[in-house]
Amino acid sequence: MAHNGHQRGGDDDDAIDGDDETPTKQPRSDDELPASCRRSEPDGEAAAAGGRAPSDGRTSNSTARRRSDSVKKTRPPFPWFGMDIGGTLVKLVYFEPKDITAEEEQEEVENLKSIRRYLTSNTAYGTTGIRDVHLELQDLTLCGRTGTLHFIRFPTHDLPAFLQMGRSKHFSSLHTTLCATGGGAYKFESDFRTMADLQLHKLDELDCLIRGVLYIDSVVSRGPSECYYFENPTDPDRCVQRPYTLENPYPLLLVNIGSGVSILAVYSENNYKRVTGTSLGGGTFLGLCCLLTGCSTFEEALEMASQGESTRVDKLVRDIYGGDYERFGLPGWAVASSFGNMMSKEKRESVSKADLARATLVTITNNIGSITRMCALNENIERVVFVGNFLRVNTLSMKLLAYAMDYWSKGQLKALFLQHEGYFGAVGALLELLHPS
Amino acid sequence: MAECGRADSSSTTHTMDKSITLPPDEIFRNLENAKRFAIDIGGSLTKLAYYSTVQHKVAKVRSFEQNAEVSLYEISEQEEVTARLHFIKFENAYIETCLDFIRDHLVNTGTKVIKATGGGAHKFKELIERKLGLKVDKEDEMTCLIRGCNFVLRNIPHEAFVYAKHADSEFRFQTTHPDIFPYLLVNIGSGVSIVKVTTKRRIFRTTRFDELLQLASKGQHASVDMLVRDIYGGSYGSLGLTGDLIASSFGKSATADKGFSKEDMAKSLLHMISNDIGQLACLYAKLHNLSRVYFGGFFIRGHPVTMHTITYSINFFTKGEVQALFLRHEGYLGAIGAFLKGAEEDNPNQYSWGENYAGSSGLMSVSPEMNPMQRARSGTFDMLEMDRLERQLVNLPLLQDPSSYIPDTMDLTEDALAREYWLSCFEEALDGVVKRAVASQPDIPEAIERSEKFRQKYRHKLQTLRQQPFAYGSLTVRSLLDTREHCLNEFNFPDPYSKIKQRENDMALRYYQKAVKSLEQLSWEQRQFALVRGVLAGNVFDWGAKARPWLVDSYDQWLQRLKGPPHKCALFFVDNSGVDIILGVMPFVRELLSRGTEVVLASNSGPALNDVTNGELQILTERIAAMDPVIQAGLRDDRLTLVQSGSSSPCLDLSRLDKVLAMVVRERQTDLVIIEGMGRALHTNYYARLSCESLKTAVIKNSWLAERLGGKLFSVVFKYEVPPGKPSQEDSSAPSTPS
Repeated sequence: MAHNGHQRGGDDDDAIDGDDETPTKQPRSDDELPASCRRSEPDGEAAAAGGRAPSDGRTSNSTARRRSDSVKKTRPPFPWFGMDIGGTLVKLVYFEPKDITAEEEQEEVENLKSIRRYLTSNTAYGTTGIRDVHLELQDLTLCGRTGTLHFIRFPTHDLPAFLQMGRSKHFSSLHTTLCATGGGAYKFESDFRTMADLQLHKLDELDCLIRGVLYIDSVVSRGPSECYYFENPTDPDRCVQRPYTLENPYPLLLVNIGSGVSILAVYSENNYKRVTGTSLGGGTFLGLCCLLTGCSTFEEALEMASQGESTRVDKLVRDIYGGDYERFGLPGWAVASSFGNMMSKEKRESVSKADLARATLVTITNNIGSITRMCALNENIERVVFVGNFLRVNTLSMKLLAYAMDYWSKGQLKALFLQHEGYFGAVGALLELLHPS
Repeated sequence: MAECGRADSSSTTHTMDKSITLPPDEIFRNLENAKRFAIDIGGSLTKLAYYSTVQHKVAKVRSFEQNAEVSLYEISEQEEVTARLHFIKFENAYIETCLDFIRDHLVNTGTKVIKATGGGAHKFKELIERKLGLKVDKEDEMTCLIRGCNFVLRNIPHEAFVYAKHADSEFRFQTTHPDIFPYLLVNIGSGVSIVKVTTKRRIFRTTRFDELLQLASKGQHASVDMLVRDIYGGSYGSLGLTGDLIASSFGKSATADKGFSKEDMAKSLLHMISNDIGQLACLYAKLHNLSRVYFGGFFIRGHPVTMHTITYSINFFTKGEVQALFLRHEGYLGAIGAFLKGAEEDNPNQYSWGENYAGSSGLMSVSPEMNPMQRARSGTFDMLEMDRLERQLVNLPLLQDPSSYIPDTMDLTEDALAREYWLSCFEEALDGVVKRAVASQPDIPEAIERSEKFRQKYRHKLQTLRQQPFAYGSLTVRSLLDTREHCLNEFNFPDPYSKIKQRENDMALRYYQKAVKSLEQLSWEQRQFALVRGVLAGNVFDWGAKARPWLVDSYDQWLQRLKGPPHKCALFFVDNSGVDIILGVMPFVRELLSRGTEVVLASNSGPALNDVTNGELQILTERIAAMDPVIQAGLRDDRLTLVQSGSSSPCLDLSRLDKVLAMVVRERQTDLVIIEGMGRALHTNYYARLSCESLKTAVIKNSWLAERLGGKLFSVVFKYEVPPGKPSQEDSSAPSTPS
């Protein structure tokens, strides 16, 4: 759960329903895609060698196909969706089969075809739906079928338009089970039934999250690593992103930063606990930014933050002590009071909106960092994986978290990040459809 | 971290307040003898501390050299000088006026420096130096806070409390654990400091306000925050997260098309900050395995709304394992700490200190939102006075569990009916007390004027307590009595009962030998009963023959016990002068001595009502010894010892007793404690659990209380207890208790 891409201005009816709109054509050439997305070669061997894939890897070789035939009977009918309805964003993953035989093509009902074409031929839906093309996973084998996994998001408040579209595309005629997680699966269950005649299969969001993380990490074993970290986080000049192999991942602390924050200690795929959470999350950052700066989107808020200076807003230790507070080992640059300078009228008048946005980002991020660090100490876990859409295109926060983990733990803690940030819950929901646990 | 005030420009709105509305000599008392100053200047409040001496009358008794027949002993009132700590809290707007006043009234000070702490110390340095001619010596803020916190926890019994918004009494005061360490101190100023205090200090982390909180208390955070139910439609059952929990603070402000009220935003911000601080504090407490977490700082400072949100947050995050504790004198910690730093050569930590109820304004008496009327009346000055006690006070070594010992039988903060009764009772008795005070100083014409001041002061205290029962910690009969004693002392009525006591002692002494003789003629069993009756009836003249069984009656067990081996040593907390001590207690003591039991007689250090004081008891015992060879031998062989309790109260707090008493009790291997009279055995200590045998006796001389306990006026309580696990002479270790 986190932030919407484009703020919608008008009424809800035209949001996602592509029938009235000219879909944005998608660049299809591999050259136009980031290198990370070129996954044209089958690599089933590699995935199998990984050894800890709980389900299929990306493979198209014959062994796998033979094995997959046996699961064909239990295989659910297309389309395959996984959905995570958060407080701010709906995350949708869609598996597009690429190995459709001519026979299948003929059998395929028109409604299914129309949905597939609509989703795969566009990168934007309505004014607020976005397909994250750079994240898509090609040549992925799921339940014996090979295809592409697509990652789509839209704001939760546009869910009615999504349901409207489902209705107009006669989604319910396909008799598919729609696996959904996140709070919205509960909140909007009756809307799905009444507006789109769809029955939701509701799933726990934290179960899905962990399943999704472990799965995606296991299938993305070639090309740019799913998991990465920042080298030299305390030195801005030498701080670089590096791939990280999440081999033998347990125990790990999983911090999911959506609208709010959940912190989980994961000991194995099925053994985890929610350590704590905080309501100061991505929703708080965006909400406060909207109030303080008048901005309206996450991207806008981040853009402002990148241009601002938080030290004009925050009161630092050196603002009070003139330098370090040596007695208690606090460096002069440490924040003594977030927004503390804003108590003074003059300073209030001298800060820009960008400064306020930056201070908000730093405050929220540092707070998550503090709580995470305490949890890691209490649980005695050294590896922390940060996920959630708050981190989407938010290198500032990632570097800050990497810095905070490293600095305050004197190098004991490592902050890790994942490419598919906010989509793990939805992936977990899809997996539940294919492999009911 | 430092408190930071609002912008200078905005403080001009307060210049109209600059004149002090109260007579300042009632606020800055005893300035003429003040030495050692300390000041803590925060964002909006200044706290001034100074050490001074107070001259006041004390009652002394002295034996006549010759056996004069005029009277038993000589009573005199002498001037005595005692040390007192003064703490005054006022708004920064008054600072200049206050400094002027102090400069004009400083007479005898030899001080050259003033210790200063707090964020504003820097800002006002020049002003202070210019006005007072004292050099400002800055002290580290955190260090001062910790020092101050240790001091109040050590010296003020009901310092810490738990806040419960919806309970009958919002403030639940805690017994301070004898060992105050370790604890976590969370100071919420403009930033948050979380400090673990062991005996050494260690820190982990650091990271205009009234109006904001006013706003917050009116707002509805649910319109700004995204709640669990906004995401889930209800609760998140599998995680046990209920629907009204906040999932994302300010989560709605990004999407909602309408604006929010300032109130709602302030409330949301308050929840966000409180929850966050509470969560971090819990994580630290858990990491360091600490169960006591004290919150302070100007974010808390007497604001019910922040105390409530912090309490809620701590309770949520620790599932009730950790309680958020607040301090009654939280606002003074910095000033106390800075003062102690400057007074190191006086060894203030070597002494015990007691809160003076007469000179201290209670908790919340000036808090704006609690009581706006009060604020208008008393100005914005808040005071705390601590008297240096002559003796060091410690726990009675015989308490079964010092950390759970609560002296008081009834907590009037929680019991509204009882509170109403006792407040009225004390109000009605006030005329009599005033009369008695005047009568005790017949030759001093201005006694009447002073007695009227006393009446005003005590009545005002009672009124304050009616509105804020929690003002001085838990409201109890003991605190009402002690406050009255403090107020009497304040107006130089050190011992209104001295002459009455003298007369009654004189009278009773005349009957001593006769009484002893008649007791000796009784059979052993008859005598034991007569001795118990003597102790019970000591101060009730219309006692008559109260038929057994008494309201609480374990006499049979006691008698059975007496048939067994003698006790090693009995500690006897005595009560009244006159018949009680001379014809009730002394024969009882005599019998104990004859049985081979050593006796320690503990009496008050200072006067309270008609209770016998240590000074008086010394003389009385000598006189009795002259008539009675048993007592004489006891004194000579050091088998009868007189000690002072360290208290000047008609009640008894077994956790604050004279250090010498504790030492004697330990040395003599005391195995029996006798507590006598309503104040000590009923209002206090009725439920006290001791690690040795104990006897609590009283006649209920108050019909309301008697009724409460299920009896009538003059019902008898005779409670003999043997601690579980101790072999008693027979197996009746479960004494009856009134319901």
